[in-house]
Amino acid sequence: MPTDTHKITFTINGRKMERTISPSLLLIDLIREELSLKGTKPGCLEGECGACTVLINGDAISSCLYLAVNVNGKEITTIEGLSTDDRNAPFDPVQEAMIQHGGVQCGYCTPGMVMSIKAFQEHCEANRFVPGREEIKKAIEGNLCRCTGYTKIIDAVESLFEGE
Amino acid sequence: MQKELKVIGKPMPKLDAGIKVSGKAVYGQDVVLPDMLYGAILRTEYPVAELVSIDTSKAEQLAGVVSIITADDVDVNNISYRRDHPALKKGRVNCIRDEIAAVAAETPAIAREALKLIEVKYNVQEGVFDPFEALKDDAPQINEFSSHEKNKNISHPFHYEHGDLQQQKDKSAHIVTSRYFLPRMTHACLAPCAITADYSNIDNRLTLYSVTQVPFLYQRDMAHVLKMEPSRIRVIQTVIGGGFGSKLDMYPYEPICALLAMKSGRPVQITFDREEEFIASPTRQKMVIDLTSGVDEKGKFTFRVAKIIMDNGAYTSWGATTPFVMMQTFSSMYQMPACVFDADAVYTNNVYAGSFRGYGNPQATFAVERNIDLLAEKLGMDKAEIRLLNANFRGEFTGQELEFNTCGHKDALEMVIDGVGKTRKENDKDQKRYKKGIGFASMLHVGGGAKIYPSDGCGTILKMDDYGYLTIITGSSEIGQGSETVLGMMAAEELGIGIEKIRVINTDTDIKPWDVGVHASRTSFVAGNSLLGAIKELKTKLSPKAAEMLKTDEDDLEYDGGTVKSIKTGESIKIDKVARQIHFKGPNDLLTVSHYYEPGSKFADKNFKGNISGAYAFAAQAIEVEVDTYTGNVRVLNIHMAQDVGKVLNPLGLGGQIEGGVVMGMGYALTEELKVDNGYILNPSFHEYKLPTACDIPEIHFYPIETIDEAGPYGAKGVGEAPLIPTAAAIANAVSNAIGVEIDSLPITPEKVLQALSNKS
Repeated sequence: MPTDTHKITFTINGRKMERTISPSLLLIDLIREELSLKGTKPGCLEGECGACTVLINGDAISSCLYLAVNVNGKEITTIEGLSTDDRNAPFDPVQEAMIQHGGVQCGYCTPGMVMSIKAFQEHCEANRFVPGREEIKKAIEGNLCRCTGYTKIIDAVESLFEGE
Repeated sequence: MQKELKVIGKPMPKLDAGIKVSGKAVYGQDVVLPDMLYGAILRTEYPVAELVSIDTSKAEQLAGVVSIITADDVDVNNISYRRDHPALKKGRVNCIRDEIAAVAAETPAIAREALKLIEVKYNVQEGVFDPFEALKDDAPQINEFSSHEKNKNISHPFHYEHGDLQQQKDKSAHIVTSRYFLPRMTHACLAPCAITADYSNIDNRLTLYSVTQVPFLYQRDMAHVLKMEPSRIRVIQTVIGGGFGSKLDMYPYEPICALLAMKSGRPVQITFDREEEFIASPTRQKMVIDLTSGVDEKGKFTFRVAKIIMDNGAYTSWGATTPFVMMQTFSSMYQMPACVFDADAVYTNNVYAGSFRGYGNPQATFAVERNIDLLAEKLGMDKAEIRLLNANFRGEFTGQELEFNTCGHKDALEMVIDGVGKTRKENDKDQKRYKKGIGFASMLHVGGGAKIYPSDGCGTILKMDDYGYLTIITGSSEIGQGSETVLGMMAAEELGIGIEKIRVINTDTDIKPWDVGVHASRTSFVAGNSLLGAIKELKTKLSPKAAEMLKTDEDDLEYDGGTVKSIKTGESIKIDKVARQIHFKGPNDLLTVSHYYEPGSKFADKNFKGNISGAYAFAAQAIEVEVDTYTGNVRVLNIHMAQDVGKVLNPLGLGGQIEGGVVMGMGYALTEELKVDNGYILNPSFHEYKLPTACDIPEIHFYPIETIDEAGPYGAKGVGEAPLIPTAAAIANAVSNAIGVEIDSLPITPEKVLQALSNKS
C-alpha cells in the first residue's frame, strides 16, 4: 500500500464502511464523490455557507472544512440518513416541519439547514431546553439561505418544540 | 354565484419540498453521466489587455487532459441581444471575467491543473472604469462590436417623456434635485452555476443539463452561438438552486461547455466554485441617478426628470434593458403629470451587469422615494400623508398609458402606516446613543407579465390517465418560487382531484410547450391562465361524457372529491371512470389537450407608451430602524409590508416570497456590495460579501391585499419581485428620519452613517 493513503473505518447513515483514502481528501468529497451521496451540497467550500453540513457523532460540522481521515471510528449522518424507510412516514420531524412550514424554496441550502437544525434539536432535547426565536436564529446563523428570508425556517424549528 | 374555493387560498406545502428536504433533488452539480469529463475555464489575469499569445502545448501534455479550446479553435457567433460578447475572447480582454481558454479533463483536479499550464502573454493596457469617463470624446471604444450611433460607448440608450414639463415646473411650489448612487449587488445563489453538455454525433443533437430560467430563449441563443438549428438542442433544466434573474441570460461558460463536449466526443460538466460565482456572474446594475422632482403647495406631485447612467460593464446582457422597467416607476408610481426620463447603459471595463429581481426597479424606487421625503420636508408635510395624497388609484390611465384596472396602492399605504404605528415602542435604551426612525416607500411593478418579447405567452399540455391522475406539462419553469405548486393547486381546484394525483412536468424543451421564461413576476399569472384555459378544454371532453353517464346537463356538473357530481340529484361518478369510458367505450379518445395563453397586454410603442402588462402590482412598506450613533450600525426592528397581490393563491408560498424578497432588500440596503476596483473584484467570498443571516431578521408583518383583477387566475397578480423593490428605499428613509442626514447611496454601511453624522455636526 502506498504510504500516502490511509485506511479508515466509519459508519455512515448506519452502514459500516472501510475505505482507503488520500490524507488530503475532504469529507465532502468522500461523501459526494466516493460514496455518491449527492444530498450534501457544496456551496462555498470555505465554511461560510453551511450547505455541506453533516453530523459527526451528532455534532453539526461543515464537511468542506473537515478531512475525511478524521472520521475514522466515527459515525456520520448525512441528509440521506435522516429519512426513514417507512413509506407512510418517510421524514424525520425536522424534515416534516420544514415541508409543512414552507421552509424550502430553491432547496439548495435545505440539506445543510436540516442537519444543523437536527443537531440543535437533539442538543436542546438532551438538555431539556426549549429555545426561543432568538436562540433558534443563533443556531442556524451559520447556514445561509438566499430564498426564504429565514422566517419560515425559524417557524419550522419553533414548531419542533411546541407543547414542551 | 362565485364558487367556494377549496384549495386556492389555503396553505399548501411545495410539491417539491419532499425531495428537497431528503437530499434527493438533482441540481446541476449532482448530474453524473457515463464517461463524463470535467471542464474548467481560464479567465484573464488582467481586466484590460491585448492577448499577445496563448500557448496550450504544455497543458495538452498533461495526462488526463482530453481537449482544450481557445477562440482560434471554434467557429461561433457572439452572445447577447447586442451580439457584442464573444464566448471565448480573441485578441484582447475587456474585463476580469473574460474567458481565454477552456479544458476538458478526466477529473476536476486535472482540469484545474491544466489551466495553470496554459501560458498567456498579455500586453496590459489602461482601462476605463468610470462610465462618465467612457462617455468623453477621447475615451477609447471599449467594446469593438458596439454599434450605437449616439456614442461609441453607449450600449443602449432610452428616452421617455409625457406631459407638459414647463407647465408643471411653473405649478411647483418646491423642486428638489438629488444624485443617487446605487451599487453592484450580486445574486449569490446558494448553488453555484453548473452545466453538463452531452453531444451526440450520431444524430447531431446536443443535450444540455442547464440551470436556465428561460429555456426556450436559451435554446435559441445557444443555437445562434453554436450555429446549430435550435430544435437540435434539448434543454433539460436540473433543479435550480436559486435564480433571481441571474439565469435570464446565457453566459459564456454554457456554450463553452457545449463546445468542449463536441470536441471531446464525451459529456462535459462545468461547475463554478464560489469565487468564480462571485467573479463570473452578472450583477444588479450599478448606476448614478440624477432626479429632479416637484410638488405643488398642496402636496401634489408635479413632475419628475430623471437622468440615469448605468455601468453596463464590458458586454451587454438583458440587464441593459432595465430602463424599460425603471421608466414605469418614474412615469407612473404615484400620480405623475409630467415625466422626462433618460437612461444610458454605458460600456466600461468593469464586470458586466445582468438582470436581478426587480429589474432596475429597486434603484428607481430608491431615487423616487428619497426625493419624496425631501419634498415633504420642504413642504413641512407628513411623509405618510404626502404619499396617500398622491397614491395611484383604480381606473387610472397613466402618462405612460398603463391601465390600472385594479389598484391596492392606497390600501397598502394605509395598512402599513397603521401597522408601523402599532409596533412602535418608546426608545428604552440610551436615547443619546440610539436613534429610532420610520421610513415609508411604495412600489409599482408589472403584475401580469411584460410584453417585451414577440410573445409573452405560455403553453400547457394536460394528460389525464385512465386512473384519474393528471399530468400538467407546462412551459413555465420552477426555480424555487413555488409556481408548480400553485399550478397543481389550480388543477386540484378545478378538477376536484387531490393534489397527490397531480404531477407537473416542466423541465424539458423536447417535451414542454413554449414559454418565454421566468421573469417579470409572470409565472403564476401567465402559466396559471394557460393552465386554466387547458382545463377548460379538458372539460369539453370530460363533461359531455359525465353528463351522459349521470343523465344530466353539462352545466349541472360539479367536479369535487375525485368525482363528477350532478348538483341537482347529488349523484356522482368517479372521474377516472369517466376517463376510462371516454377511452374505451366512446368516443375512444384520450384526455389529452393543449392550450396556449397570450396575455391581453400590448407592446409599448416607439415612445415606450402602452399597456404592456396584463395587471399591475402595488405595494407599500413602513420600516422602523434603530441607528447606533456610536458604531453607525443600523438595526431593522419592524417591517410592515402590504402588497396588492390580486388574490392569495397559496398563502404559504406567498409568505415565503414576501419574506425572502424583503430580506434580500435588507441586504441591498445595508450590507451587500460587490466591490470593484480598477476592474478587479475585491470581495469574491461570503466572508467579505455579507448576506443577511438568520440573526438579522426582524419581525416581518405582511398584509396581503386582494383586489381580484379579472385578468389574473382567480384574480391574482404577479408577486415575486415586489417585496424586494421598496425595502432599501424605506430603510434609507427610516435611517434619514432617525438621524436627520441625507442618505443618497447604498449600502448604508456603518462607515457611511458615521461619516454622515460627522458631516452633520
